[in-house]
Amino acid sequence: MADPMHQFEIQKVVDLPSFTLPGVGAIDMSITNSTVAMLAAATLVILFFAVTTAKAAVVPGRLQVIGEGVFSYIDDLVVGIIGHEGRKFFPYIFTVFMFILAMNMLGLFLVFTATSQLAVTASLAVMTILIVIIYGVMRNGANMYKLFVPSGIPWYMLILVTPIEILSFLLRPVTLALRLFGNMLGGHVALKVFAGFVVSLGALAATGGVATLGYVAAALSLGGVVALTALEFLVAFLQAFVFAVLACVYLNDVVNLGHHH
Amino acid sequence: MDAEAAKYIGAGLATLGMIGAGVGVGTIFGHFLAGATRNPSAAGGQFTNLILGAALTEALGILAFVLGLLILFS
Repeated sequence: MADPMHQFEIQKVVDLPSFTLPGVGAIDMSITNSTVAMLAAATLVILFFAVTTAKAAVVPGRLQVIGEGVFSYIDDLVVGIIGHEGRKFFPYIFTVFMFILAMNMLGLFLVFTATSQLAVTASLAVMTILIVIIYGVMRNGANMYKLFVPSGIPWYMLILVTPIEILSFLLRPVTLALRLFGNMLGGHVALKVFAGFVVSLGALAATGGVATLGYVAAALSLGGVVALTALEFLVAFLQAFVFAVLACVYLNDVVNLGHHH
Repeated sequence: MDAEAAKYIGAGLATLGMIGAGVGVGTIFGHFLAGATRNPSAAGGQFTNLILGAALTEALGILAFVLGLLILFS
């Protein structure tokens, strides 16, 4: 059976000289298949909005309705979770959502999924959590401690609750990165394993005798691949959506610190 | 026992953590359906909360999966 992990290997497409950063060491600047997949995803997003907003009119045409639909979907999400102050985070949330969605979808059509690389998802998660921390400190200053000290509970409970809150805050970027990475990796491995069953069971059935029954099992696995692919399209959208929702929720914690709305 | 064999058994055992995530996600969607069939008009507004709960629960299952991968490939 073909190795199901082979699809995640990084291969160099264009070899570029490495770049030495003082204090960090040499950084490989080569263009890999991961970089190509991300560039393709970014190009796809730009093309999508270039096409849908090319002939912008007050009464939208068919294409413009699609573009505006995606736009207002995320706008409603951001304003719904953070409130009106969340508008300033809309460009970031929208960019991240479209970028992840494009990478996930391209991974299902092409050979490489950029979001199945931990480096890619971790970068997105670290970027999100840095915005949360920097904006939180800028806006709340020393009041940031309220994030770890929930109001309305007796002081002796705080001894227990505060370490848990700090730990859960530190785990946020980790789970944000691992959720997207794990979902994409797991889904694509399952697809490859089932696709491998079709080939190996078919080869077994071709030997004749009782093994001919293998054709039935191969057909069942083929059906499984089709069903899993349909499920993966749902997961691809859902994971992009989940990333956007969680980024909003984490931002909401620092934007509306101490008062719920 | 062979170290290689122990590695595979360990990776398999690590994935058992997903049982909890499976139960949790099932509970979330089951209770959502129970609530949605009682009051269908309120169901649409809770979609974000539904996905949020499922995502937070699922993260724990993903941790078990990643742990399995770590044991297998490191």
